[in-house]
Amino acid sequence: MIEAIGLTKRYGTTLAVDNLSFTVPAGQVTGFLGPNGAGKSTTMRLILGLDAPTSGSVTVNGRPYTQYRRPLLEAGALLEAKAVHGGRSARNHLKWLALSNGISRSRVDHVLGQVGLGGVARRRAGGFSLGMGQRLGIAAALVGDPKVLLFDEPVNGLDPEGVLWIRTLLKSLAAEGRTVFVSSHLMSEMALTADRLIIIGRGRLIAETTIGDLLQGASGNHIRVRSPEAGELARLLTAQGADVIRQDHDTLRITGATSDTIGEIARSNGLTLRELSAHQVSLEERYMELTSGAVDYRADHTDRVPARN
Amino acid sequence: MDTTAPLDTAYSPLTALANVLRSEYCKLRTVRSTSWALLTAVVANVGVAALLAIFVTGRLTPHQKATIDSVRLTMGGLHISQVAIGVLGVLIISGEYSTGTIRATLAAVPRRRVVLAAKTAVLAAVSLATGIASSFGAYFIFQALRSGASMSAALSDPGVLRAVTGAGLYLAVIGLFGLGLGAVIRAPAGAIAALLGIMFIPPLLSDLLPHSWQTTISPYLPLNAGGQIYIASHFDSNSLTPWTGLGVFCLYAAAALGTGIILITRRDA
Repeated sequence: MIEAIGLTKRYGTTLAVDNLSFTVPAGQVTGFLGPNGAGKSTTMRLILGLDAPTSGSVTVNGRPYTQYRRPLLEAGALLEAKAVHGGRSARNHLKWLALSNGISRSRVDHVLGQVGLGGVARRRAGGFSLGMGQRLGIAAALVGDPKVLLFDEPVNGLDPEGVLWIRTLLKSLAAEGRTVFVSSHLMSEMALTADRLIIIGRGRLIAETTIGDLLQGASGNHIRVRSPEAGELARLLTAQGADVIRQDHDTLRITGATSDTIGEIARSNGLTLRELSAHQVSLEERYMELTSGAVDYRADHTDRVPARN
Repeated sequence: MDTTAPLDTAYSPLTALANVLRSEYCKLRTVRSTSWALLTAVVANVGVAALLAIFVTGRLTPHQKATIDSVRLTMGGLHISQVAIGVLGVLIISGEYSTGTIRATLAAVPRRRVVLAAKTAVLAAVSLATGIASSFGAYFIFQALRSGASMSAALSDPGVLRAVTGAGLYLAVIGLFGLGLGAVIRAPAGAIAALLGIMFIPPLLSDLLPHSWQTTISPYLPLNAGGQIYIASHFDSNSLTPWTGLGVFCLYAAAALGTGIILITRRDA
């Protein structure tokens, strides 16, 4: 479990993390989302004691990470792929890590096999592709068999097979009772992998909730209906208290009524329905909605095209 | 699946320290720059000694034979090996910053002073072993290949054993000086520039000073002070005694390392 209380980090005049409080529970995959520059990497560095907080505190399994004698057994992290010495072999990189915490050499070979680098263990890490470097970083996080895992953009550079492998790995790690904390920009993956989400923007907490709760309350959820008698249907539904927007001569966008109700109203009034579909906003849309005020680095978009599923 | 070492209750601070030492030694052994630096140091020390013995000892003037210290001449290779070992010291720490490995290191061992202390111990051991082995190698090859009776020095002669051993100590200290600078400056290029600058520029600058200032300052410059340790008996007129000189040289290294230890705990990784 990771627990942050009033976590604050100031670099000079910049407030990178602003009074952040959250809990990352064990047994679940918790996604960590936020625009670029929101403070996600800083937060992860604060958790691992790489930077000292200006105020507030953060604990891993009840204690500050830096107080553990064998911290790799408590928490493993992938912060940056390719943060390895290029001249060293993959095996030697894991070997010195393992030695530092009294972890056995057999563990090194085990995790190398687990991430699929067994065949290239003795090759220089400098020659690795981005995906291989990513896998090595994941192996380093796993080498201590830790109870808590922190991953910063783990799918970065992986091919589709690798992306699926990560998703399966993260879910299985959480199923084993570990705490899994993942930051990512890949919304579609996050929606499939995470159970809970922590969303930050400009260093502040925006939302801490489950995916279900996040999407349920979205203002973008609606029902789409196509009917040759759209106008008549609209009138009937408005009379029932629903909110209806006429999008086309035969298309209605309805909120405040269930598809069951709409179907029954149409039938009892003899109206034809050509389409009746419920649209839930995607995680991407909901995320954009929540963080639109907190984006620091926005490109000039005149026509924005969010993916819709 | 968990085949790790004994339970935490058996993981004493001593075990922890031993593990950090083993980890740092593993790091040192597994990068190529280490082998290159050590190989350069050995080849330079022994090779230059051989060359000097063959080409120089037979061509000395009587004045030179009287004034040049035999062991000092033998250790001519130090001019090269000191750079190799000094740079090795810098890279051991600054290489971690340039590759980003420092984050993995400090996440694995959050007690940062222990990390730096372990690097110091490992480097000292390796550079001392290499230094002493190569200085004795240089000594024996020089004595074997020199011409005639000039520049002869038995280990039992005054100061010779101390000087030959001292050459090895000298290399260890310069390695630690490099490590200290690397810990303070962090960027490899900057730290190496500082190392070479501090080693070679002060003597040039002191030549510009008024003579009285020169004679006061000059003995305390790093290489001037440290260099006394590998002179057997023909000392410079205005210089520190061998062990005092080495002591001053050690102070430079200690100052750099001390600053490094303070900064590493205070700074963000």
